[in-house]
Amino acid sequence: MARDDDLIVLRPEGLYCPPGDFYIDPWRPVTRAVITHAHADHARTGHQHYLASDAGAGVLRARLGDISLTTLGYSERFRAGDTEVSLHPAGHVLGSAQVRVAHRGRVWVASGDYKVAPDPTCSAFEPVRCDTFITESTFGLPVYRWPSDAIVFNQINAWWAANAAAGRATMLACYSFGKAQRILAGLDASIGPIIVHGAVEPLNQAYRAAGVALPATRQVSDLSGSALREATGRAMVICPPSSTATPWARRFRDANVGFASGWMQLRGARRRGGYDRGFVLSDHADWPGLQQAIAATGAARVIVTHGYEAVMTRWLTEQGLEAGSFRTEYGDDTKDDAVAGATTGDAATERVAGDTTGGEAA
Amino acid sequence: MNRFAELFDALDATTATNDKVALLRDYFAVTPHADAAWAAYFLAGGKPRQTVRTAELRSWAQQVAGLPDWLFEECYQAVGDLAETIALVLPAALPDVQPLEETGLAGWISERLLPLRAMDEGQRRAQVLASWASLDARGRFLLTKLIGGGFRVGVSKLLVQRALAEVAGVDAKLVAERMMGYVDASRAPTAEAFVRLIVPASAAIKTLTGDDAGADAAGTRAISGQPYPFFLAHAIQTPVAEFDQVLGPVSEWLVEWKYDGIRAQIVRRGGQTFIWSRGEELVSDRFPELLAAANHLPDGCVLDGEILVWRDDRPAPFALLQTRIARKTLSKRVLADAPVRFLAYDLLERDGTDLRPVPQAERRQQLESLITGLASDSQSGIGLSPLVVAGSWAALAALREQSRARGVEGFMLKARSAAYGSGRTKADGVWWKWKIEPMSVDCVLVYAQAGHGRRASLYTDYTFAVWSQPPRDATEAAAAIEVLVALAAAKAGPSRDASDANETGAQDTEADTTAPPSPAGDSTALPQLVPFAKAYSGLTDEEFKRVDAVIRKTTLNRFGPVRAVRPTLVFELGFEGIAESKRHKSGVAVRFPRMLRIRDDKPLHEANSLTDLQALL
Repeated sequence: MARDDDLIVLRPEGLYCPPGDFYIDPWRPVTRAVITHAHADHARTGHQHYLASDAGAGVLRARLGDISLTTLGYSERFRAGDTEVSLHPAGHVLGSAQVRVAHRGRVWVASGDYKVAPDPTCSAFEPVRCDTFITESTFGLPVYRWPSDAIVFNQINAWWAANAAAGRATMLACYSFGKAQRILAGLDASIGPIIVHGAVEPLNQAYRAAGVALPATRQVSDLSGSALREATGRAMVICPPSSTATPWARRFRDANVGFASGWMQLRGARRRGGYDRGFVLSDHADWPGLQQAIAATGAARVIVTHGYEAVMTRWLTEQGLEAGSFRTEYGDDTKDDAVAGATTGDAATERVAGDTTGGEAA
Repeated sequence: MNRFAELFDALDATTATNDKVALLRDYFAVTPHADAAWAAYFLAGGKPRQTVRTAELRSWAQQVAGLPDWLFEECYQAVGDLAETIALVLPAALPDVQPLEETGLAGWISERLLPLRAMDEGQRRAQVLASWASLDARGRFLLTKLIGGGFRVGVSKLLVQRALAEVAGVDAKLVAERMMGYVDASRAPTAEAFVRLIVPASAAIKTLTGDDAGADAAGTRAISGQPYPFFLAHAIQTPVAEFDQVLGPVSEWLVEWKYDGIRAQIVRRGGQTFIWSRGEELVSDRFPELLAAANHLPDGCVLDGEILVWRDDRPAPFALLQTRIARKTLSKRVLADAPVRFLAYDLLERDGTDLRPVPQAERRQQLESLITGLASDSQSGIGLSPLVVAGSWAALAALREQSRARGVEGFMLKARSAAYGSGRTKADGVWWKWKIEPMSVDCVLVYAQAGHGRRASLYTDYTFAVWSQPPRDATEAAAAIEVLVALAAAKAGPSRDASDANETGAQDTEADTTAPPSPAGDSTALPQLVPFAKAYSGLTDEEFKRVDAVIRKTTLNRFGPVRAVRPTLVFELGFEGIAESKRHKSGVAVRFPRMLRIRDDKPLHEANSLTDLQALL
């Protein structure tokens, strides 16, 4: 499927735009990197120059420190080599963007990670017309259909209220960037105090600085021993999955522990995770969302990346589109591994719920 | 149905035993008896016969959801459960289907599900679609499980008994007794049967005399031919040198060989015989020769023992018994090829009296006098499990070495003073099983398949291979593997991608992937890896995660759900027995294979070979 004049190709360093001479979310150090969003598997250290959305600048700096960064407003045009580049909201997390590349009358869009459902903590996904659409496929199976936020947050708040009534803490494990803030925005803060893990609070601050309204949060270190004990019985504790088995979490030892993730859709994953409760909440598009987003681009050609590439490719082909994935087109093991390492790292990490070391998406 | 679905969801959402018991108790206490009867039946492991073939369920769900075959299969492989897959892919509203009115669990089962079996396909389809349309995703999942006959839930029968005991205000052991045979597939649970489970002890006394608990149970048994809860043994891990210290002198124990057959009770009451398996299934019809022999047993008598295929005056391998159980009809030939015998090792009831509180040694004496007194023609069907007598534990340990040659698994140690307990308890005395070490070989992981249930999407079911001939060294093993990898790559040619391999059955592809063709008689041919066993247990969750990651990284080919992997991992595989088999490519079949450990220290070329396996035969 690959053609000589493709606007975006796969290289060992990552997705590369030859006429623009830049990479999108590269996993090896490069000169010019366009970053779709600040999750660790997409935004890596070591590039010479970064380009990202205005909205994502704060979180990106919070994670990568002092980098050479150019930012663009959504839809603002930028000249790169022979191409015109613009960023458009992807609805995944604060500052997440799809990358639109136009060159001599052709338009390609690389989605990064995205979801189409509304999220009060980031700009809504914007369908961008294009000839070729590069889509993620983390949840590219028809069994993944998300319930509405209203339903999920009712479940979470009811669970929290029941625990608070029983005098025990509620601990909800989730990814500290994006998911945590989306949950905070959906909590009913009248139920009790909200305590967040140290990995979550810097991101809360970046969100608040970007104008996103979040309820008041406290850290363990903010509270004196007695205040902490008093708060614990009613508190909602938001923390990354990796922290639930640490000494930090031991102070909430009677806590009922839940996990919020798209993977919780499957009973097997809920049971294997060993959490008391699993809530189906994802920052990725579900199956209908993926199909809807692809249709809205009007693209005749679709390239599927990280997730269920084989399934999506076959399905889209049967729907009459020209579809492929970098994996099957190139068929080279080392490249495959490189792609897998960089882009399915998040999914694989989240698959083993609670065992995260670096991945922070989904 | 909704109430049962709610209960199921709540049980599913908690891991705490006490919370589960509380949920069950609250449900049983307020639910109409007819509905509770079915709930208790399902929760305690009862499975009605399948009412609709899974292929039909699957195809109807696919049609309604508008999914092609291959995509539904991909979904199923990810979910690892057919009913859950169906519930997840069905649209929220089913077009042109009139929903049914909500009714209790008993109504659902007896009026809607059980009649399915008698309907023609069109009616069945309409009824199942209407049922799906009437329920939310959670209800659809449960219903489909019940229809497909695959319902399982994360509560043990013990918890159900505890909850019922709390409702009834009686001891859980008594409920266990009342519940024997409750989940037998041949009967439908009724409100009356449920009431018998939860009747308070005091109410039972009114019509019966003597010890209330025992009398109550005896009353129920007289009607139903009910067995007693089986007394289960514990595995002893202590080194034999410490037996004197831990178990006391050998003279305080009755020792028998441990047989590898079907544990069963023969119940003889009211001129009738009932044979119950340890799984509480009534299996009388399967064993006509035992029914004939049991005709000579006195009335009011219950034997506990082992059903074995008996040939040449010794137990035959379990595999023979297994093929016999699998037969739908027992032809003369089957009966002649695999004649069974019941070896009795305990007497639980005599002259209608419950002997379980009587010490083991005394029960044994009574058993011996009963069996030796039987007419000689019935002794070919029912015999005694002989006692093994030795002067010391050390002497016994030496005898235990004969186990394999005798076709047994080791010893059973039963305390002379022990009462016959209920279930896996040590409260009333103890039975130990002192099994011989499993046989083991080092073998290579060659195929993997994702597990089901909580192991869905995790590669946990493995196929193992041994070398066709021992590789000379690491270099030869590496060369053999390169051939295998090249062959796999040729198969995964451009015309074939992972998804269209779905139509290929895993079993068909299995035989031809690992074995590169070798010219017959070519003495320089490289060794090949020959698959010989599948196993899915023995590793910790952490180890499974690790192996899963390796499998994903080393996949050579995908055949539907099965991945062929580049051989990199050596496992020590344990098994209880090995027999020749024409059905397996390797020529051998092993019993109870399980992973003992991952042998990171073993290079591939040091894995065992077919010759090593044959030496174990």
